Amino acid sequence: MPPKSEFPLQSLTAARVVVVAGKGGVGKTTVTAVIARAASSAGKRVLVVELDGKPTLAELVPDLEVLAISPPEALDEYLREHGFGRIAKRLKRTGVIDVVGTAAPGIDDIVVLGKIKQLERSGDYDLIVVDGPAAGHAITFLTSAAGLADAVSSGPVRAQADDVLELLHDSERCQVVLVTLPETTPVNEVVETAFALEDDVGVQLGPVVVNGVDLGDPLPDDAAARRAVADLEPATADVLLDAAAFRRARRAMEAGEIARLAAELPIPKVTFPARSAAGLTSADIAELAQILVADTVEAHP
Amino acid sequence: MTGAATYDVIDASTVIVCCGSGGVGKTTTAAVMGLEAARRGRRAVVVTIDPARRLADALGLEGGLGSEPQRIELDSGADSTGDSSAGDGELWAMMLDTAATFDGLVRRHADSDEQIDRILTNSFYRNIAGALSGTQEYMAAETLHQLHGDDRFDLVIVDTPPSRNALDFLEAPGVLARFLDHRLFRLLMLPTRGGLKVLGTATQPILKAIGKVVGSDVLADSVAFFQAFAGMETGFRERADDVVRLIRAPETSFVVVASPRHDTIGEAVWFATQLVGQGVGVHSAIVNRAHPAFGHGTATDAADAAAAARTAGADDLGVLWDNVAALRTMRDLELDVIAPLADIVGVDRLVVLPLLDGDVHDLDGLMVMAGHLFDHPAVDR
Repeated sequence: MPPKSEFPLQSLTAARVVVVAGKGGVGKTTVTAVIARAASSAGKRVLVVELDGKPTLAELVPDLEVLAISPPEALDEYLREHGFGRIAKRLKRTGVIDVVGTAAPGIDDIVVLGKIKQLERSGDYDLIVVDGPAAGHAITFLTSAAGLADAVSSGPVRAQADDVLELLHDSERCQVVLVTLPETTPVNEVVETAFALEDDVGVQLGPVVVNGVDLGDPLPDDAAARRAVADLEPATADVLLDAAAFRRARRAMEAGEIARLAAELPIPKVTFPARSAAGLTSADIAELAQILVADTVEAHP
Repeated sequence: MTGAATYDVIDASTVIVCCGSGGVGKTTTAAVMGLEAARRGRRAVVVTIDPARRLADALGLEGGLGSEPQRIELDSGADSTGDSSAGDGELWAMMLDTAATFDGLVRRHADSDEQIDRILTNSFYRNIAGALSGTQEYMAAETLHQLHGDDRFDLVIVDTPPSRNALDFLEAPGVLARFLDHRLFRLLMLPTRGGLKVLGTATQPILKAIGKVVGSDVLADSVAFFQAFAGMETGFRERADDVVRLIRAPETSFVVVASPRHDTIGEAVWFATQLVGQGVGVHSAIVNRAHPAFGHGTATDAADAAAAARTAGADDLGVLWDNVAALRTMRDLELDVIAPLADIVGVDRLVVLPLLDGDVHDLDGLMVMAGHLFDHPAVDR
């Protein structure tokens, strides 16, 4: 039995920059929105950063500041701010910027991280929540600084890489929150990603969010269920029994995966209850955020 | 609908491209189709881009998948289709190796061993092979082309990289050709009577500026790369044209895969719209992991029955009806979310697969999915 996950909001927002990462479909954007919403209710000045141009986030947290950072724009801005204004225009016009990006891969990532660092340094925000890239790309995204520092020995890009490395290695300034689902493949992937991030990036890992856990009311066991439906006509009884068996089997699978995750990845977990992702709204986000703001939550067995 | 549309994709295609956003079960779907194709007598090879070894897990390959096609042992006894005509079918699987495929292309088009060496050891080339956007899509398309020409197989099934843009896969083969056509390349090279002459970088202010930004060592590598590549552009371009022709051929079918969430359905609709707009068309759409239907009533019926049971003091029965109500509500929401996809590909070309009571991570799980995909009525709203 894992210890109770106390003050989940505090641990999720322990650093000024929180990068939320996880494979596609695990609910990264949901978790980003919930953390931002909860921190904002707790009185923090919050900025939400999204990187892949999805409009979803602004809908989920309509009253929070959401900033979309796109690599080409960030690079352009970076060059202008560093005295390459005239060149920036020409680089863009000739398309040479693509070649530069290929010559030093990670340059896109580094300007984005650099922009985030700049926002963190501005002092305008207590918390910057970044809806990060998918798990596979999260590693390349966060290793871009180290990679560039190796490849490029001088120049402004090198300076930027050094600044970003400093941010990534400071656990008060930056942490990564990984998101997963209570299923076999997502659990395997989150374990792999967690170890890779610690080894290759040296970034602080915050709690792992296990999203979409079925925390509904307990169901009667099979014997009790059979007694309860004994007086119904058989077809109806079967519907009830099948539905209960389905739900129990899903829950047993989830519990097994959560236990395996606890064994394989010894860092704190925060559990988010399942919501229908089919129709997630800003109201759902606010409701989920309430769970984080509450003083303690029961850790899921 | 029944599985008729999906049977037809297997029988009528020589190439099946599964596309969709990440995490929707694209790889598993590709594997299920490969399995079914093998059972129907095809010699199918499944290519996955997925670095997470999901396909290997699902196929029971403990050592992981290699970049060479590997034959999967199938248990001929379990036949979920009840179709016993399948006999000689084979299932092969492999993982896309982007860098090795690219190296192969360089070897094919280079004039000399010396040119091959110069390119393969250039660090800018290694960056292109690993990081130029579109390279992975391009190499997936190239691998597909190679397997299509391989006599061991008569059906190639590929899952595409989870790119935002479905057209990346169609356009990727042209990316390198365009890259080589680049102005930087032309900036560096001046045509002379004997061929191309390389300009000194010092004479080019823009190159000096780039060098200042990224460092001069990175720039030197890029220049060396473009020099080494001289003469290979035509070969690359012709090959890219061949690959695009194959992807657009009538025997190549696109299947859009999604899960019943508003974001992945949104992307699937976007994919399908783009493909249709390009005149490629979508053969069918598969929505994985929808909540199954329990009984024929509505969620409200179940909630009413729960209330009635509680009034009668039957608490356990109330809980059981509540459970049915919750599952039906979930399914209703999902079917609403799926509707726009059905509008695009057609209701009879949309298959909705149920969420299973366990994760699909072995051959048995794939067999169960194959049963749902090819045999049973799927949507009964």
